[in-house]
Amino acid sequence: MATVSGVGVASKQRARALPSTPALSRQLRGLLLAGTVSLFAIMLVTVYLMPLGYSAAVSMRGATLEADQPLWPSDPAKFTYNGESYDLYNVPIDGKMRTLALYKPGREQSTWLDPSDPSTPIEWVGRWRTLDRVWIFSPHWGNFAEAWKITNFGRLLFNTLAIAIIGTIGAVTSATVVAYGFSRFRIPGKTILFTILVGTIILPQQVTIVPTYTLFARIGWVGSWLPLLVPHFFGNAYNVFLLRQFFMSIPRDMDEAAMIDGAGPFRTLISVIVPQAWAAITAVCLFHFFFAWNDFLGPLVYLVGHEELWPIAVGMSYFTGQYTQLPHLIQATALMALALPVAIFVLAQRVFVQGVVVTGVDK
Amino acid sequence: MIVRRGTSLARRESTWGLLFLAPWILGFILFFAGPMLVSLGASFTDLVLVRPGAVKFVGLDNWVRLVSDQLVLKSLLVTGNFLLIAVPISLGLPLLMAVLLNSERLVAKPLFRALFFMPVLIPGVATAAIWQGVLNVQTGWIDLALRAMGIPAPDWLNQPQWVIPALSLIATWSVGNAMVIMLAGLQNVPSELYDAAKVDGANALYRFFKISIPMISPVIFYNLVLATIAAFQYFLTAFVLYQNTAGPNNAALFYMMNLYKEAFVYYNMGYASALAWGLFIVGLAVTIGLFASARRWVYYAGGDS
Repeated sequence: MATVSGVGVASKQRARALPSTPALSRQLRGLLLAGTVSLFAIMLVTVYLMPLGYSAAVSMRGATLEADQPLWPSDPAKFTYNGESYDLYNVPIDGKMRTLALYKPGREQSTWLDPSDPSTPIEWVGRWRTLDRVWIFSPHWGNFAEAWKITNFGRLLFNTLAIAIIGTIGAVTSATVVAYGFSRFRIPGKTILFTILVGTIILPQQVTIVPTYTLFARIGWVGSWLPLLVPHFFGNAYNVFLLRQFFMSIPRDMDEAAMIDGAGPFRTLISVIVPQAWAAITAVCLFHFFFAWNDFLGPLVYLVGHEELWPIAVGMSYFTGQYTQLPHLIQATALMALALPVAIFVLAQRVFVQGVVVTGVDK
Repeated sequence: MIVRRGTSLARRESTWGLLFLAPWILGFILFFAGPMLVSLGASFTDLVLVRPGAVKFVGLDNWVRLVSDQLVLKSLLVTGNFLLIAVPISLGLPLLMAVLLNSERLVAKPLFRALFFMPVLIPGVATAAIWQGVLNVQTGWIDLALRAMGIPAPDWLNQPQWVIPALSLIATWSVGNAMVIMLAGLQNVPSELYDAAKVDGANALYRFFKISIPMISPVIFYNLVLATIAAFQYFLTAFVLYQNTAGPNNAALFYMMNLYKEAFVYYNMGYASALAWGLFIVGLAVTIGLFASARRWVYYAGGDS
């Protein structure tokens, strides 16, 4: 039995809560607490998003990786003299670190050039292999172009956008119509229908993929986008639920006024309900767009062998499986795949968060 | 007269209403109820998609195979193991984030909220690819950090005993929705409760466990159900990382990985249908179990409905 007990206890501690400390120290304590909490949040967010930093660093590094290469995108620093290029090292000479170019490497003794005065070579006794090389920051932006070409990303992007946009149109119109039916009409058995609707949210979608695939295979839709598009024109439970919750909160007076003016149910939906529910409808658009962008199992099974129809998710999965020895291109592709969703999220953050809250808390 | 007009109005209303519901009802029959029934039927046949026509009724053969299949047992163990590790994380981490975001001490809340939420919007395939790099034994930052601290670094994705912990780590990137919902739940807790407790001298920890947790228990329950279902359906990350191999020693042979192989590699639709129904039954049983347990620990401020 979980109850909110304990509100009226702990009288022993009451004395401590009395304001006995001076205002200044209380202010200081507040500041200290704010600092600690914020610092903890910064640490948590840094660790949490560290993989993004990794991805960015790797996506911009060169194709080859040296054993002593730093974590950031880097290349060995070079010094060019008389048309030849020499590697730069940090060399300890007379207790001072100097950046010199390795001119003539030898086992125990080497000749070096000082980049600021290359005409007088410097002899240094010691093993150059034990020295630290100098690295310069050099992001290989070309990796993105290469990844774009090797994955045929333009094609993948076009397919993804087409599937997402067509599906979104279907998902939004059908969910709006169905949610209107659930929120505004007295229908016998409506409660049961609504329970079934919500139930389909909880039931695994993966379970139906085997028979649905068999069905689509029979009518010859496998190998086309139709299985990925058509089902969304029949009202997805999650979207219907979200819009219904929203429509319920719109006062009925307005649609009654429209009805009295002679508007039929369709007119009322389009001219009264939809204009008031733009926020929720936008949320549904975004949700479906993201769903389509991420959808994997559907395109994987329905578009097998039809590379020209693949969306990003499937194309990228194929690429990661094939080219494990090209981690810099894999990371570049990953960043290209997440760029658009993350940009949309940054622009439409509030819509998103509210949509999640409506479906998650109001039930 | 009035009564008749009333009923005809009511009938007109319900006709219109059913018209609006029609797309969903039709879709439910075509893409949900229909396929479910068809697959139930198919689970008693030897339907193989690559040789259609000659479908034979095989009685309970598929079901007998299912309960005696070593791979099914293995896949249930893998899925259950993942569930036990990933579900507590996917409740605890978003709760921690939500508590932080709800704290009056935190600065720049909208920024932190956006950053904590963002990974959930990164496409699953990209998430898997990024983490595959991060968890790499030679060049991944996690193992580099572990080695720098003198801790032996595991080969996360290639040592069977580390596969599930690694996948649970990757699953931390999907807690954004749960965090937002928990945050909304925390914000809905009436502040009078906290004020009263403060007057009584209850400390922060006490207030958290005796007020916050019970008050948001419905939201925790909602997320528990969703996380459990997601664990049963877990597929994408494992597939991107291991394709058709199911990992070292079948360590990533999740139930859906096995089902995918039977259905879309071997096209064994009869047996795959039985597997799908098996998943449905197990998932439903666990969900019902969760709902039954909810009576003991979920508190509804508005009374039980």
